[in-house]
Amino acid sequence: MSRSLLVISRQAPWSGPSAREALDVVLAGGAFDLPIGLLFLDDGVFQLAPAQNAKAVQQKDVTANLQALSLFGIDEVFACSHSLAERGLSAPDSAQPLSSEQISQMIDRYDQVMTL
Amino acid sequence: MKFAIALFSAAHAPSSRRALLFAQAALAGGHEIVRLFFYQDGVYSAANSVVTPQDEPDIAQQWRALVSEHQLDGVVCIAAALRRGVLNAEEAARYQRSAVNLDAPWALSGLGQLHDAIQDADRLICFGGP
Repeated sequence: MSRSLLVISRQAPWSGPSAREALDVVLAGGAFDLPIGLLFLDDGVFQLAPAQNAKAVQQKDVTANLQALSLFGIDEVFACSHSLAERGLSAPDSAQPLSSEQISQMIDRYDQVMTL
Repeated sequence: MKFAIALFSAAHAPSSRRALLFAQAALAGGHEIVRLFFYQDGVYSAANSVVTPQDEPDIAQQWRALVSEHQLDGVVCIAAALRRGVLNAEEAARYQRSAVNLDAPWALSGLGQLHDAIQDADRLICFGGP
């Protein structure tokens, strides 16, 4: 059986390549049919903010790639409720909000964890 | 134990040195390193263009020595490396760039190599940040 991997994405979408590169790890794992989870934590939850204007900062829109996750078989997408609330963001449709306690239980469920 | 080691920081970051010390300790303890995978700014830890002052440890050189000595599988993510200007001779020729700053013992390859290592290893150990 394949080992599961949780990718924790902690960087804002336009603060550098980190958010995109975390997503690339997830999509690559999905392409190999591996069991992958994605958790948005800390500034990473900004990736879930609605109505982003990537063009204004001359960037490609990462949020379009988020929509592609389910096409790659990535259904385990989570967001930290505390991080969302801290930043005044409401719970998005594309990620399941989790409390800190639920997050620690979830991390235990995965074989491997990678934080980017 | 079989370890996969992922590094996300440049040679001048303390986390690159910590990863190197971890890798050395793992091998000294009789463990196996199934693969080193350098991603994000970790690609700079493999660059052979790093010049360190004489009285400071040359971490990029020590990584190369470790990989060569133990014949480790040292993989640098090709997409992350291209974006940051870390090129081997083949990629420099392909994109018509004048600088080549990556060579043996490192191989440029894709994220599939990271997932493959994660599947093979008992533990994935990541190093990044400061």
